[in-house]
Amino acid sequence: MNRFVWPLVAVAALLVFLVMGLKHGDPRALPSPFIGKPAPQFELPTLKNPEVTIGTATMAGDYALVNVWATWCVMCRAEHPFLLELAAQKAIPIYGINWRDSRLEAMRWLDDLGDPYLASAYDEDGRVGIDWGVYGAPETFLVDPQGTVIYKHLGPLDRVIWQREFESRINSGGPAK
Amino acid sequence: MIPEIGQFALILALALAVCQTVLPLVGAHRGNTAMMGVGRTAATGHFVFVAIAFACLTYAFLTDDFSVLYVANHSQLALPTLYKVSAVWGAHEGSLLLWILVLAAWTIAVAYFNADLPDAYSARVIGVLGFLSVGFLLFALLTSNPFDRLIPAAADGGDLNPLLQDPGLAIHPPLLYIGYVGFSVAFAFAIAAMISGDLDQKWARWTRPWTTVAWLFLTLGIALGSWWAYYELGWGGWWFWDAVENASFMPWLIGTALIHSLAVTEKRGLFKSWTLLLAISAFSLSLLGTFLVRSGIIVSVHAFATDPTRGFFILTFLAVVVIGALVLYAWRAPSLDSDAGFGLLSRETFLLLNNVLLVVAAALVLIGTLAPLVVEMMTGGKISIGPPWFNIAFLVPTLPLIVLLGMGMHTAWRTQKTASWWRLLRIPAIVSLVLGVVIPLFIYGRISVLLVVGCSAAAWIVISSLIQPVRSLLREKGTAGIPRSALGMSVAHLGMGLFVIGVTVVSAFGIESDQALQPGESIEVGGFEFHMVGLSNVRGPNFSAIEAEIEIRRDGEFVDTIRPQKRQYLVQKSWMTEAGIRAGLDKDLFVALGDQLGQNAWSVRVQYKPLIRFIWLGALVMALGGLIAISDRRYRRSGRESEARTRAAEAAA
Repeated sequence: MNRFVWPLVAVAALLVFLVMGLKHGDPRALPSPFIGKPAPQFELPTLKNPEVTIGTATMAGDYALVNVWATWCVMCRAEHPFLLELAAQKAIPIYGINWRDSRLEAMRWLDDLGDPYLASAYDEDGRVGIDWGVYGAPETFLVDPQGTVIYKHLGPLDRVIWQREFESRINSGGPAK
Repeated sequence: MIPEIGQFALILALALAVCQTVLPLVGAHRGNTAMMGVGRTAATGHFVFVAIAFACLTYAFLTDDFSVLYVANHSQLALPTLYKVSAVWGAHEGSLLLWILVLAAWTIAVAYFNADLPDAYSARVIGVLGFLSVGFLLFALLTSNPFDRLIPAAADGGDLNPLLQDPGLAIHPPLLYIGYVGFSVAFAFAIAAMISGDLDQKWARWTRPWTTVAWLFLTLGIALGSWWAYYELGWGGWWFWDAVENASFMPWLIGTALIHSLAVTEKRGLFKSWTLLLAISAFSLSLLGTFLVRSGIIVSVHAFATDPTRGFFILTFLAVVVIGALVLYAWRAPSLDSDAGFGLLSRETFLLLNNVLLVVAAALVLIGTLAPLVVEMMTGGKISIGPPWFNIAFLVPTLPLIVLLGMGMHTAWRTQKTASWWRLLRIPAIVSLVLGVVIPLFIYGRISVLLVVGCSAAAWIVISSLIQPVRSLLREKGTAGIPRSALGMSVAHLGMGLFVIGVTVVSAFGIESDQALQPGESIEVGGFEFHMVGLSNVRGPNFSAIEAEIEIRRDGEFVDTIRPQKRQYLVQKSWMTEAGIRAGLDKDLFVALGDQLGQNAWSVRVQYKPLIRFIWLGALVMALGGLIAISDRRYRRSGRESEARTRAAEAAA
């Protein structure tokens, strides 16, 4: 082998390594300290009626989707039709956390675009968002019947992600480890 | 409608890029002049259609067309017009389109300026560039279409990332891309030379000016990025060894090595295979940088929104390009040998050392950038390799590089007589050492080994860069006596010296101080008194801000008032720090607001940064050196003519 082949060998090795790196998964998927732990407790007024509160207790007993959204978030608008579809199929109870938003605008948004949520909590100052470790909207959490967070998705939800990450986890059934 | 026209133009550009690749390459292979001639026409059409697509996207931004997903995600009604334009390249899809536009522009520049190169060679260069365009156009159309619609349209957009809403950052990506993509020209020249098998010095001469232009833009782009990080990120540092910074720095280091190595190949016919390898590497590292930034494989403060499909696409493209190039290299390079020898003390030796050290430096940066990934894959742990590692590791190759630089400039090709060399350099060497002690001790009143080394090294480069121009000024009353390329070298090296001075002084004597401050209170940093007069609320077009008014005094005497802000951008609700800076060539005074501590109290970061401007000034002077070098007369002569002259000169010698 002549010495001029060495660059080729080195680069091939580097490429193999990079492919492995890509397959390895998303480095941004920081192991969330919430997964496998009980969902952070909260109790907030609902968006539509400040007198009524919802919270962790409301969701217990069934798998539930907790979707963090806001009217100022464009990607929330992008994922909204899919949430409506999920709600229409009655695939799973969906709860919203309306995050750092204005109540009026949020209610108008639901009137205009449709409301996929059983109820939305109104987290005006983003305090519950902090407890839940929210980076930005949209974020979607999957909570099992025991109230344990078993998955968290950053960014808009779509059918592919729903089937791959959420349904599989629900179907594999039972409480999370 | 307009976005669809853009989309359609992009597809037509792809079709033309395919023509631009296939016809000239096949034509050059068969010796068919007509097919070779298609290259330039196809490249022109390709450029025109890419430009149309780019204009359509810009139009969508300017008219707030939020039915285009990319526009809806990265613009907003209240966004100032300048940023609506720069938002075009503010995220992945649009910046890729900018990349494609720049590549097309480089291609037609090469096609028209090099009209007098041999037809087959020119056709191959255009063909190779066309192949690169095809790759990027496919990437855009298949994975990252900027014209995707959002239906129903959004009422208002999600706003441009506030970090990017800054004039410096508006022009940083275009400069950087002109540099990055410019290395594709050197790459194409190398590939074309290897395909033809005609690998004497000519290709090096043709490549040199293009490489220098790419390098000078990359220099400016990186410097601008560093400057932006300094005043916008609010930390007051100027280089963070972030993965994305490293991605632009590696091609720069290799590009710098390439410029030096091309000089040897052109002048002496040496290092031929090595120069080819550097030309391949510089562009490959640009591609690697693109991959690292856009695949999401590495966590970085300014990585683009990422997607593994995109990662796989670029990686595949990277593999095809680099492996193809290296196979060609492994096949052609063994036939390259040169009979020319050189003495131990000769310019060739110094340039060889320069190349080795620059490549080592680039390798260290690459290792540091990829190490967190390696560790994560092996152990699953998350580590970060920060500035402490880089700062020390990087000094190992660069300190000798700086010392050798001053010597190499004054060493003759082939062999240099030791006695005359020593006679020329001993006084500058002694003066540099003296200055290395005097500058820190008398101006800043403190001294340490590293300071002496840094200041001496900087003085050494500055003095040795000035020897030739100053002598020529004294003797011939003008710099006209020096060839522009030599003058360019001196100026670029002078820039390097200024840069080293800046880095040494600011890292040794810079002061950072985090303190609490409220209206009416003062703090003292670096002999200056910072007095907070008051706080007020101000409003911008798309943000509201808290602004502090801070008076700077020295010995009771008023110096300046600065107004640092803490801005909240209304759409993304994110907080940005807008530092208040009193800028000066000798020092910057820098105040950034941190967090609110109480009713009126804020934590503030106050910094005293002596000579920090020299860092960017140095980069600017380096780029100026490149500009002077390419204005050399011999590049303005046509290829064939200069070839004839060289032959004549060789025959005479």
